[in-house]
Amino acid sequence: MQRELVIQPSKTFSALHLKDLWEYRELFYFLIWRDVKVRYKQTVLGAGWAIVRPVVSMVVFTFIFNKLAGFSSEGIPYQLFTLSGIMAWNFFSEGITASSQSLIANTNLITKVYFPRLIIPSAAVLRGLVDFGIGFLIFIGFLAYYSYNPGWQIVLFPLAVLWGIAASLGVGLWFAAIGVKYRDIAQALPFVVQLLFWVTPVGYSSAKIPAKWEMLYWLNPMTGVVESFRYTLLGKAYLPTNLLIFSIVVCLIVFVSGIFNFRRMEKEFADVI
Amino acid sequence: MSEPVIVVENLSKQYLIGENIHGRGARTFRDIFDYKMRRIFSRKERQRKKEETTIWALKDVSFEVGEGEAVGIIGRNGAGKSTLLKILSRITEPMMGRAILRGRVASLLEVGTGFNLELTGRENIYLNGSILGMRKKEIDKRFDEIVQFAGIEKFLDTPAKRYSSGMYVRLAFAVAAHLEAEILMVDEVLAVGDIQFQRKCMGKMKEVGRSGRTILFVSHNMEAISQLCRKSMLLQSGELLEFSDTQSVTSRYLSSNIVSGLTFVNSDPIDERKIVYIKSAQIVHNGNDSDQTDLGISVNIKYDFLRDADSVRIGIIVKNSFGIILWRNGDADSERRFFGKRTKGSYDAFVEIPTHLLKNGIYYVTIFSDIPMKEWLFYREDVLCFEHHDNATEKVAFVDNPTGILRMDLHWRVNKVE
Repeated sequence: MQRELVIQPSKTFSALHLKDLWEYRELFYFLIWRDVKVRYKQTVLGAGWAIVRPVVSMVVFTFIFNKLAGFSSEGIPYQLFTLSGIMAWNFFSEGITASSQSLIANTNLITKVYFPRLIIPSAAVLRGLVDFGIGFLIFIGFLAYYSYNPGWQIVLFPLAVLWGIAASLGVGLWFAAIGVKYRDIAQALPFVVQLLFWVTPVGYSSAKIPAKWEMLYWLNPMTGVVESFRYTLLGKAYLPTNLLIFSIVVCLIVFVSGIFNFRRMEKEFADVI
Repeated sequence: MSEPVIVVENLSKQYLIGENIHGRGARTFRDIFDYKMRRIFSRKERQRKKEETTIWALKDVSFEVGEGEAVGIIGRNGAGKSTLLKILSRITEPMMGRAILRGRVASLLEVGTGFNLELTGRENIYLNGSILGMRKKEIDKRFDEIVQFAGIEKFLDTPAKRYSSGMYVRLAFAVAAHLEAEILMVDEVLAVGDIQFQRKCMGKMKEVGRSGRTILFVSHNMEAISQLCRKSMLLQSGELLEFSDTQSVTSRYLSSNIVSGLTFVNSDPIDERKIVYIKSAQIVHNGNDSDQTDLGISVNIKYDFLRDADSVRIGIIVKNSFGIILWRNGDADSERRFFGKRTKGSYDAFVEIPTHLLKNGIYYVTIFSDIPMKEWLFYREDVLCFEHHDNATEKVAFVDNPTGILRMDLHWRVNKVE
């Protein structure tokens, strides 16, 4: 049976059209595939970069935070402690950077072809899972090297990853949608990412934060993600129940509002970009 | 009679243009801040709000297209053709009105959208196909057909950046041409590639038309529209002027074009930073005879030099109705002396179009001014247009045959040797 499509001005809060998104799942896959494939073309190290980045970060952080600043890691080898944070952080920072640039980088698609626009920034975030997977293998290698035995909590790790994806998508969608109209985002983003890094417990534990600043500190959606990575991968982390719930709620708000805001703004994309 | 496949009711879209904060284009927070401040402190700015120019890219357009019909969409640049297709293919939203489409829609507003130069031909077929809305299974099924149509069998695994532009376009069109859809919308994509390939594309389009699919076809090329579409619509300034059989629409378009395309008056304010201000340009038929045959056509450009300057070029670009550039020529290209210093003041320039080289048809003229290799001073695309119709050519058979883009009267020397 033929389907019927009605085109008319949409209301301010449009439905999510999840069915539409499902129909275009193959495009989603192809866009990720394209970006992964093109990313390391004409580089010497190729996918080796996915190994170099976290490992070098780990070495530098260990030297600065652990050896120079003397931050402890509560009995866990510091290298493992910080690498678990680096994995989550790299996925997040690369995800939001890529997604905020993705719409402008795909201007030709947006002005010439129809498909659910959500696919572009989402694919930009999710393609980071490839590098993330490589990083995870390295982490496993270091676990073995330090003969560190993760606890039963590791079965919860997929949930922590889902959380990390939701946080990256939420923030990424906000930046992507606003960035089409206001090119300030491209200027502000590297700076914002850098600032966020310092208020994310990658090189130190969030247990160090004074109680009166705690709520503010946990507003950063990545705080909960990094601590939950640590908890599931290493069995030990600073993750009080009330802050855990608070952090999940913050993340959900950012995620859901990010999607709705994106849908609200997307109808202007082709005219404004 | 079955239900119409496309129903459009009072479709409208308005754009705000000019230096306007709500208009198009990227802006920064600073622009908005600036604007708000000016609004607060200056009464003049507040009044200006009312005068802000809005244009109707599309205004109250209604029509119906039945199953299997091929409809041409004709109109000058900015008439709303592309806006109409963009709304119907859901790239942008209408402001008012609605449209109903019954069946799967494939729209082809550009050839090769989403091609990636780093990827191979094979990879690009899959990528481009999925961008256009094909399923992987469909692409698998038609893969060989696509490759064969494009004629790139040997280069399937070569990155697209090593392709010649012809191969690139062929491949891109091939993918799009194999979309399975009940409704096909095509925007001026046949104006690419060599003539032979254009013919192949036209053939493919006709085949699509014969197979009972509905086509909306935008083109500046009246010949292509006449071949493909029995019915056509004429848009002007966003309004639907006429929707009837192609013959009558094209002739109305052509006659309207010749009147409105003859003069161009620059309404932009003078920009002191630019060296040259183009005041006007117009098509002049040499001589006052109403019978214009063989009298020749010139372009007259009036401009001011805002200060003494050298190495400035003022010129024209001429395109045919396929959108193919026939030539670009500036005063300084033809005569070195124009490259030297020209003093501040008004100038009046004439350049004759070599009509003896032109086949019968519509031609578009772009006016430009630049400092070669350095800076564009002025560029206004297709602001003039003229129809060249040379009765003399009809006396000689084959002269206006469809091959080639120029008419050549070559001098042949033939000796019988045996």
